[in-house]
Order: sequence, then C-alpha cells, then structure tokens
Amino acid sequence: MSKRVVVTGMGVVAPNGIGIPAFLHAIQNGISGIKFMPRYQELNFSCQVAGMPAFNWESLKNYISEVTYHGLKGTNIGYGLAAAMDAWADSGMGYETDEPRWETGCIFGNSIADTEAMKNVISRVDNKEAKKLGSRVVEQAMNSGVTSYIAGRLGLGNKVITNSAACATGTQAILMGYEYVKHGYAKRMLVGSAEHVDTYVYGAFDSMRVLSRKFNDHPEKASRPMSITAGGFVPGSGAGALVLEDLDFALERGAHIYAEVLGGSTNSGGQRQGGTMTAANVTGVKRCIDEAMVNSKITADQIDLISGHLTATNADRQEIQTWSRALDRTGDNFPLTNSLKSMIGHSLSAAGSIETVASILQIVHGFVHPNINFEDPNPEITNLVSLDKLPVKMIKKEVNIVAKANFGFGDVNACLILSKYEK
Amino acid sequence: MTRPEILSELKKVISPYTTNKEMLASIDDHTDLIKDLKINSANLVDIIIDAEAKYDIEIDYDSADKMVNVGTCIDVISEKLNQKA
Repeated sequence: MSKRVVVTGMGVVAPNGIGIPAFLHAIQNGISGIKFMPRYQELNFSCQVAGMPAFNWESLKNYISEVTYHGLKGTNIGYGLAAAMDAWADSGMGYETDEPRWETGCIFGNSIADTEAMKNVISRVDNKEAKKLGSRVVEQAMNSGVTSYIAGRLGLGNKVITNSAACATGTQAILMGYEYVKHGYAKRMLVGSAEHVDTYVYGAFDSMRVLSRKFNDHPEKASRPMSITAGGFVPGSGAGALVLEDLDFALERGAHIYAEVLGGSTNSGGQRQGGTMTAANVTGVKRCIDEAMVNSKITADQIDLISGHLTATNADRQEIQTWSRALDRTGDNFPLTNSLKSMIGHSLSAAGSIETVASILQIVHGFVHPNINFEDPNPEITNLVSLDKLPVKMIKKEVNIVAKANFGFGDVNACLILSKYEK
Repeated sequence: MTRPEILSELKKVISPYTTNKEMLASIDDHTDLIKDLKINSANLVDIIIDAEAKYDIEIDYDSADKMVNVGTCIDVISEKLNQKA
C-alpha cells in the first residue's frame, strides 16, 4: 500500500542566507545574495558576479569530528553536510547512533566533485608527487563524496545514492526519496543536493556565453529572470536538504510536519524534437508537468504557485509558454509564479533542493516571495501571463499547492508537487 | 634529534588524526596507533606523509610498514634522520 510522504526537517546553505531563519528572512524581503567576485575579474571572466554563501568553514566542526574536519577541502561536501545535518536536527533527531539506521536512506546529488580539490590531485600527479596525496583525496574526488559523508555521520543504513542530472538534480533527489518512502522501501529519506560553482566549472559556462555579463558593476541587479534584459544566468552555490518521512512513522514519533510531497515526475525529452544537450524538448517538459499532476492526483487549477526553473536566459519565455500549455491557464488565471534565482542565481544541482526549501517555507508561512530585478518584463511573457501573477513584492497569502520544476542540460526534467499538510 | 625530541614532535603530527587527546598526552613506545589511539588505518598514510614533511625525510614503503606503534615510528624517523646526517 502506498504511503503518504511528509517533510519533517529542512536545512539550507544559500547565498542569501545560511540556516532556515536567515533564509526565510532573505526570501521574504527580496534580499539578493549576488556579489562582485574580484577573482573572476582577475581571471578575465566575462561574468564577474556570483552567489556564494557566506559559509564559515570552521562551523563544520559543529557537525563532524576534528579528525574528519582535518583534511576536508571539498566545498560542496561542506555545504551538503551542513544543510543535511541542520535538516536532521530540525526534524528533532539526534546525530549519534551505534547501530546503523536501517530504516533511513540518503539521496543527495551534485554535478561534479570539487574541481579545486581535483586541481591539487592533477598538479601533484603531474609533478610526480602522487605519494603525497594522502588518504583523504579519493573520498572527496568521488562523486558520491557528499552522500558518503552524510550517511557516515548519521549511520544511515537504507539506500544511499548519489544522483546527478544537471540542473534537475535536486528536484530529482527529492522525488526519488519520495518514491522510496511512498512504496515502503524506506521509512525515512534524507534528500537534497549540493553544488560549489568553482572557477573551473564557472569558466566553462562563461565560455558558453550563457552567463550574465552586463551587470558586473551592479551585482544585485545581475540575475533578471523573465525580464527583457535577462542576459544569462548568474552562477550560484550552496545546498538544500529535507527529511522525508512516511506520515505514520513521523506521527508515531511526534515529529513536526512542514508539508506533504504529493508526487512528481522526472523524464527526458530524449534530445529530440528541438531538445538538445542544452535546450529542452518542450513536449518532454509538458509531459513531465502533466505526469507530475496525474501522479499527485491534482488538477491544474489547484496549483497556487509555480516555483519555476527560470534562470534568466532566453529559455524563460519558452518555459512560461510550456507551463501555460501544460496547465491550460493564461492571463489572470495563470498561477502566481516566482524564480528564487532572481535573488541567489542558479546553483545548478543545488537549485532544486534550495528552491524546494523556499517553496515549503512559502506554504508554511503563507507568502509568495518576490521576483526581484523584474522591472522590465519580457513582453512575450506578459502577452501570455498577467503581470500581477509575477509579483515584484512579497504577497502574504495562503499557499496550498506549489509546482516546483527544474530543467537541465541533457534535456532532463523534474517536477514536484508540494502541498500544505492536511490531516 | 633525541628520541624524546622526536616523540614531542610526533605528538603534533599524530594529533589531527586522533580524537583521543588524553591518551595522546601520555603515549610511550608501546602505544599502538590503531588500537590505542583509535586512528583510522587509512590515516596512517597521512601520518607518514606529514612526518616526511615535518622531519624533511623520505620514508620508503618497507619502513612505513613498520610504523605501527609509537616506538617503531620513532625508530624509523630516527634512522632516516641519521641517514640524512
């Protein structure tokens, strides 16, 4: 019998706030986390702004032993650990255990292991100093580094999987965790994703000319989803984490329940019908949204809020068109829609999990966060959707159902349907 | 370097790899790195690498294999220091 799946804990490391209270304050007040990056200017990048969390590396000592801390360099591992440990504590559970927690698994995603850390490997090996690399490099270079650190710290004994699906990673991790709990394969899943957009990853995106480059003097203005001046995305970094639980299991231990995951879908457009490595097949996107609604047993008119992918590129227009077709809603009837990327940029694999945390906070606290930098709407978007539905100021309002989607390179899609928890 | 001098430096090398700081303060030749100091066996490699940097010596694989307790660590380091001198 399929189970109901609820969210009982959340943690976040975002460019505009670390920890739930700071992040909530930031998204309610439209606070940007985008800053000028002198290092990127030195490196001759065209885009010289980014969203980097003000992460205090020493704070990791609150989560892991000094021995584990010593030699830990992978930034995405640091972000992921902090978000995951905060989510775990938020769900009311302690860290320590002697027995593996057989009922709990972990699905945490990332795009790549830290390339700054890999640079150390490459230069030492090329320098004929492989012997000096030590024992801590492999665990941080392997793509499953983040899940391994999280699962090891908490003794998670169910399925432990690292997923990777470009910008759809975080949403997909949550969906996979949801499916395991729903079908009874696990009682609880710690899910989320992390990303550190370091200079090597960033340089490659810069070369693709998909990044914002006209607002280097005004970093907070640089991320402009849905606007006519949206000239590329702003790289961001961070991590988001959620504890998902079987409803009965959560109620039994008296857990606090934030919201319910009603369902979702993940698919691929197969890089056909206009879909490519870097562009979405709109039929695939529409199918993904349609299936997410069917799996969640909701109808399009029930959606109060779309938390879009909306990266501030040309794809924004097409994304809104596809939402409109999938939901068969336009003008004043279109759901309220926002893009967290206007405040924190696009943190690739971490985007889906950070945006899901934001979505749930909007359900819990009854508000819709603003789209900042939306002074010059793209007319092709506002021809289809009423401007009132794309708020530039926070709206206080009951939010019952959110559709959260992300679409990634490789023509991959993921959509989640999140709901207020009703007994 | 005398054995007590090597020991005092060795404590600093080992310190980041053990949570058992009390035991570390009172180590002697018989202290086993894995059993007594609860050092992860993979970290023995890191201790060897750090010792090489600390004493400016090279520790070959055969010598490294001997470094299981504090006494044998000091033996190897002392031997390599003498070879250097």
